[in-house]
Amino acid sequence: MTVTNKSPAARPVLTRRGGSAVGDRVFSWWTLGTGLLVLAILGLILITTVREAWPAFDAMGLRFLTERIWDPNPATGDAIFGALSFAYGTAVSSLIALLFAVPVSVGIALFLTELAPRRLRGPAVTVIDLLAAVPSVVFGLWGILVVAPALVPVYQWMHDILGGIPLLGRLFGPVGSGRNFMTAGLILAIMVTPIITSITREVFSTVPRADKDAALALGATRWEMIKGAVLPHSFGGVVGAVMLGLGRAMGETIAVALVIGGATNITANMFAPGNSMAAVIVQQFGESTGTFTAALIGLGVVLFAMTVLINVLARSVVRRAEARMKGSLA
Amino acid sequence: MASNDTHTTTRPSVAIHPAGTTASGTEPAGAPVMQLRDVSVYYGSYEAVRGTTMPIQQNQVTAMIGPSGCGKSTVLRALNRMNDPIPGARVSGEVSFHGQDLYARDVDPIQVRRHIGMVFQKPNPFPKSIFDNVAYGLRINGIKGRLDDHVEEALTQAALWDEVKDKLRKSALALSGGQQQRLCIARTIAVKPEVILMDEPCSALDPIATAKIEDLMVELTNDYTIVIVTHNMQQAARVSHHTAFFTAEVDEQQVRHGRLVEFSQTGKLFTNPADKRTEDYITGRFG
Repeated sequence: MTVTNKSPAARPVLTRRGGSAVGDRVFSWWTLGTGLLVLAILGLILITTVREAWPAFDAMGLRFLTERIWDPNPATGDAIFGALSFAYGTAVSSLIALLFAVPVSVGIALFLTELAPRRLRGPAVTVIDLLAAVPSVVFGLWGILVVAPALVPVYQWMHDILGGIPLLGRLFGPVGSGRNFMTAGLILAIMVTPIITSITREVFSTVPRADKDAALALGATRWEMIKGAVLPHSFGGVVGAVMLGLGRAMGETIAVALVIGGATNITANMFAPGNSMAAVIVQQFGESTGTFTAALIGLGVVLFAMTVLINVLARSVVRRAEARMKGSLA
Repeated sequence: MASNDTHTTTRPSVAIHPAGTTASGTEPAGAPVMQLRDVSVYYGSYEAVRGTTMPIQQNQVTAMIGPSGCGKSTVLRALNRMNDPIPGARVSGEVSFHGQDLYARDVDPIQVRRHIGMVFQKPNPFPKSIFDNVAYGLRINGIKGRLDDHVEEALTQAALWDEVKDKLRKSALALSGGQQQRLCIARTIAVKPEVILMDEPCSALDPIATAKIEDLMVELTNDYTIVIVTHNMQQAARVSHHTAFFTAEVDEQQVRHGRLVEFSQTGKLFTNPADKRTEDYITGRFG
């Protein structure tokens, strides 16, 4: 009673809410909303594609994943839809792409952040970013018209030299048209290099000057400084960049469709034609009906699941590697 | 009148010792291991520090004090060529180490830094385990095989061993700031440099951690020569044998340059400074 009777000036100042609180609330609802929107869209895509693909899943069961034959119009009996050959093609062409693109991208990024003279950096970055602006169909046409024919003698030469080695030689088997897993992988490598380069470059440039100074002050050469200070600091970010590149490679459609050869094929021979999930979808969707269409959408679901799975795996790899490299913080 | 060379003139000349003679006892303490002669440091066309001449005495602590922007850190970094990676940085004059000019054409900066190590203002352990932080320098210096003994020795010398011996595989980033700084010192002494440069090594630390590092510095002078840049005059007075006072001066063209004002024994500089500017600074009338 004595407290409440005090003059108006004694009103508690700390509990009053000004205009700033409204802004804060709007901001928090907006960010929460956009965050949830992403999840909702992802969920919606998953649910609707699975529903559309259901007739094919229903007809094939688990064989949809384990069957290597894909025959929508058999002479006798039911159509067979097995995703395995195409999943293999997607995996192999993306793997080849990373095999070439990662060392090149990391090299370019290190050159740009640590070695290149200042006045060379801007132009070099522009050129690499331009590479990312080339439409994928252009890469595909270039691949089919120029790269594939030009590489046939190279593939032939590699087959002649390496083909005889036991086991390993099976990777370098007989050469066909030049449209094969290897060509698809190489074209993909060129396409993902700008992405991986530009992200790893950003990651490398966040390494604190203090870390580099520490290495140099111990008498490290430039390479020792990179190994000791730059790479441990950047490992997680580089893996993230590689994952984005891998996502692009696995999902790439038209360029792969043009150069991979279009065969339903699982073989160790990198010089043999094959097909990838994304490429099959774009090649066959126009002429499909009923269960066939459902099966193509099913391929999309498998591709989506594969991408998510690889990203989850990559995250756990990064966590474990960082704990080993940096020591646990606990 | 600047008394840069009052000290050098009291000594006959720069004693030059063959590289490798380090241990205290074989040489009288206080023989110059390094000597700066008319050293200026430029960033592009800007002369950041003008004409510094001073010796660095063996197995002693030499402190550099002065207000912000007086060029003391710049001079420190010139002592092991850490300015080299900065675009446009250039040094004139002579910085000699055992009589050899560090900036001579055939001198490898990597070798310079292996003999003259550096500890920085902000503790900067690598994002690696405690063990790997110390082992890093050993590995790049070509020491192979079992590094355990070397790592233990360095951590013991840095007065850190007892605190970390049970968690060598833990991340160095989990240590406290003071522990991180002692780890950085351990990492530096693991490669057995002759001279350790310290750039405000305690400015990010609390008073207790600072006291530990100061004790450590005194301890380390048994085996090493130390040059420390500090903002803290009491620290310079506590740990150093010689002190160099730098200040920033504005010349005829209104350009600021760092200048060495006075170099002398620490006791003398703080009780009986020869230069008015030194007196103003240490009595708190300036800076």
